[in-house]
This record gives sequence, C-alpha cells and structure tokens, in this order.
Amino acid sequence: MAHAISVEGLTKRFRRLQALDGISFQVDRATVFGLLGPNGAGKTTTVRVLATIIRPDGGRAEVLGHDVVHDPESVRASIGLAGQYAAVDPNLTALENLRLVGQLTALGRRALHERAWELLEIFGLKEAANRPVRTFSGGMRRRLDVAAALVHRPPVLFLDEPTTGLDIEGRRELWKMIRDLVQSGTTVLLTTQYLEEADRLADRIAVIDGGKVVVDDRPESLKARLGTTVLELTFSDEPTALDALTRIQSMGIQAEAERELVRITTSDSAAVLLNVLRAVDVNGAPPKAISMREPTLDDVFLAITGHHAKAREDQSRPVLSSPQPKGAP
Amino acid sequence: MSQRTAFRHPWTRALRDGVAVARRNLIAYRRVPQLLVFSTIQPVIFVLMFRYVFGGAIRPTGRFPYVDFLMPGIFVQTVVFGSMAAAIGLATDMQSGLLERFRSLPMARSAVLTGRTLADLTRNVGVAVLMSGVGFAVGFRIHTNTVAFLAGMLLVLLFGYAFSWIFASVGLFVGDPEAAQAAAFPVMAPLVFASSAFIPVSSMPGWLQAFAAHQPVSVTATAVRSLFLGGPTANNVIGAVAWCVGILVVAFPLAVWRYRNAV
Repeated sequence: MAHAISVEGLTKRFRRLQALDGISFQVDRATVFGLLGPNGAGKTTTVRVLATIIRPDGGRAEVLGHDVVHDPESVRASIGLAGQYAAVDPNLTALENLRLVGQLTALGRRALHERAWELLEIFGLKEAANRPVRTFSGGMRRRLDVAAALVHRPPVLFLDEPTTGLDIEGRRELWKMIRDLVQSGTTVLLTTQYLEEADRLADRIAVIDGGKVVVDDRPESLKARLGTTVLELTFSDEPTALDALTRIQSMGIQAEAERELVRITTSDSAAVLLNVLRAVDVNGAPPKAISMREPTLDDVFLAITGHHAKAREDQSRPVLSSPQPKGAP
Repeated sequence: MSQRTAFRHPWTRALRDGVAVARRNLIAYRRVPQLLVFSTIQPVIFVLMFRYVFGGAIRPTGRFPYVDFLMPGIFVQTVVFGSMAAAIGLATDMQSGLLERFRSLPMARSAVLTGRTLADLTRNVGVAVLMSGVGFAVGFRIHTNTVAFLAGMLLVLLFGYAFSWIFASVGLFVGDPEAAQAAAFPVMAPLVFASSAFIPVSSMPGWLQAFAAHQPVSVTATAVRSLFLGGPTANNVIGAVAWCVGILVVAFPLAVWRYRNAV
C-alpha cells in the first residue's frame, strides 16, 4: 500500500454534465497533491467522491487502501474535509464547533477538550474561542473550518479551494499551516484555481480539465515548460500585432499572437523585455499596453491543451501603459 | 487511534451522535432570539387571539366553554407549525455545506436527522409547558384527570415528532430555507385550518367535512380533546396514534433516503 490516495478511471455524471471522465492519479504519503483546474473541471466532484459524500458511476478510488464505495466507514475515519465554503455552524462558538466534531468522531471527553484548545491555539483563534462564529471574519471562519477538519487527527486531509476569498496574509498563514501538517506526516489533497498556490505547496500537480487529468507532473517540470514570466503586448489591431510578432521572432525570441495580442513566455524577463521593445520600436507602431506577470492557470492551459481555461483569472499587473488603458483582452 | 472511545454497539453511537447534533440545534435557540420568540410568542398569541377575539363568535356544541375546546387544537396547531423548523434547519445546513461535513465524518448516518427531530421535540416540550401555563391562566380547565392530561400532551408531542420527519424530508428535497418555508405553508394551512382544531367540523360545508373530519390534525385534536374533556376516548386515540405511526413509516425512510442521496 504505497499510496495514500489512489484514483483510477473515476467517472461521474450529473444529468447532462460529465463531471468526471476517467480521472486517475496517485498521491504519496505525507505529500501535498495539487488538483489544479478552472471551475467545473471536476475538482470538487473528485474530492466529494473521495470523501464518500457522493458515489462514483465508475472507476475505483481508495484512501489508505480503503475503497470509498465498499468501505466508506474506514475512509471517513481517516479523512478530514474542509470545503469551499466554511462549513461551520454560525450559531455555535468556535469551541462548540470543534467540540461537536470531536463528539461526532468519538473522541473521549478529555482528549476532545485538549485537542480543541490545541487547534484554537494553532489557528490563532484562542481569543475568539467563545464567540459565536457568526461574528467571525471570512478568514477566521476559514481557519476554523480547516481546524474542524483536523479535530480527529486524520492522516489524510482534503482541502477544497481552501484559500478562496482569503486575503494575501490569510493565504500565507494557511499555506504555512498546511506545510507544517505535511511535515508531521499528513497527506494533503488540495484543489485550487491558483497556479501559484499549487506551485508553493504541492509536491505534485495534476492539471484537470473536463473531468480528466491533462498533465500530472512535479511543479518544477511544469514551470520549466512554461517559463517564469509572461510578457504580453497589446497592439491597436491584428495586422500590427502580426507585424510585431514577425519582428520579435526574427530576434530569436519565442512568441505567439492571439488577435491584437502578442505573448512571450520566458525565464529571462529583463533581457527579453529590452529586446522585444527594441524590436517593436523600429517602425513606430508601439504597443498600446505591456504587461508582465507570473504564469497563471490559464497559461498552463494554453501551453498544455492549446485552449484557455474556462474560468479565467486575470492577475496581470501592467508595467507600462499608453494613455488608453483599455486593451487587455 | 488510541484516544477514541470505542462504541461497541451501533445503537449507542447513533444515540450519542444524535444527542450531540440535537444539542447543537438547541444552542441556536439560545443564540438567535428570533427563533425563540417565533416558537414561543406565536403560540401564546394564538391562544390569546382565539380565546378573546374569535372566542365570542365561535360556539362549539357541548357543555364546555370555548377555551376548553380550543386548547387541544392550539396544542396540535403549534407542533405542526413548529415542525417547519426541521425543514428550514436542514435546508440551511444543506446550503451552508454543514451537511457535507457531517457526511464526511465517521459518525452515525442517522444522527443528523434524529438530532434535528429530537431538538424539535425538546423545544415542543418547553413550548407545551409554556402554553399550558398561559391556557390555565385564561380559564382553560381539564375535565378528566392528570393522567389523561399527560397522555394528551404525549400524543401532541408524538404528533409533532411525526410531523418533524415530514418536514425533514421537505427541507432535504428543497435544499433552500426560504423555498422550504414557501413549500411548507400551502400544505400546513389547510391541514390546520380545515380541521377541528379551532372550530367544530360540523360548521363546515359538506364537501369539506369529509376531508376535515379524517385528516390527521383533526383526528389528533379530537383525540386530545377527548382526553382533556372526557367522553369516548379509545377510538379517537387509536386513530391519532395510527396517523402518527403511518406518517413515521412513510416520512422516516423517505428522509433517510434523501439524506443519503442528497447531492
């Protein structure tokens, strides 16, 4: 039993939507596995099958060697689940929420008390322990949600888009907690729409699309295919863009055009930016806007599947901009 | 896992998990004042309103004052209206994602539903005590004995419990608290008002009487009335218990099935 999680050819159909279309992957123990994909790719459905909330139509899934369909009781005893929305009771206090989960997972009274306070401490909720969750900020709720998933010390943890809606600081804090958990031997299956998040946390990333794994690789290899920076130049029209593309390519720089946009993915951004600017400066048709950013999920999709991720995320930060700011696609 | 206490018998676990969930549902009454106000003030207002506003116009046959006729009906009406809490509560839990968490925990599968209905039952006990107090204060009297009175109250609670299971299913099928409320009212209104709860069925048009005389709210109100006021009791009580059992036999498996399969 080498793998903590093993998924093989899983299928699930909701009426007319093929949510899972033969998804397969393996997760090693005490590692973080990132399921990366846009909304509707099948991330949440995969987690719900693994958490025994829904039954798959076909295929096989095992958690620590227990089959999710034939032995759901054993699976439930070894997993923790923190969902997309904070699944805690707003009318209970933080402490009462953790106690409830502890009682339902049959922790003894003393162990439960200690464990609840330990988690409140770890997640920085000690001061708020006796306040109804209704009064919590989104970040506090999210932390409590993850804490609730850990009450019974599950060896396998499912985190379904755990940082959605968190600010940068909250995100960083949660990342650190996840790393600490893995250090202590927990296996984490993380779903996310953020390449950066998967890259920071995951030992392995599976990009999924349409209920299938399109690539399953180490983050380093994934990034090596992509470059570290995406440079995008927006021109006034398509012919100008194509003209610029020819010029840029003639300098030996790999680039591609999409309508009035020219995109360059590189690991040597400063030098490439200079050369690109020189190239397009020649015939007096400067770009309307230039942006430089880290690759996103969408870039991964473009590189691997040749099409855009369905739910797009624009995290570009413009470095130079002409007077008309409208221009980014 | 060393710190887990072993529950050898699944029934023990089901009971403990159900009580844990019930306690969680009851805490909401402490934290959300509107919930408590709605479930206590509303029945009290009904008692006072029917006693003093409509009481003069409604003249039941028989030798008892209207308030004695009324109270059994109000008890039954209150637990029927109160059972809507199961629909709203479960729909809310479904929407918030809390049910997903429960379904991923190694807990008894029945606990979410038994916990919900047990909490409603507990609340009904409190409400029944409060209403009895108000009833006695406005002139309600028992014409039989304490044992019959308690038996009547037990019947009211059993009926409310059965109805909680109906609305547990409604909540799980609808999955949205507002929609659950909207779906519940058209079912409850005719059951409560086209019944013998507030007025004798004999005052209704003939076509309505057939429904009004045999539907569960009427049968139960009549049974409780006969326990409080005296007269032939056995058949009425058997009819009411039969309705409760019948409702449970249908609603219980339906709710459990829906809970297991709710997406």
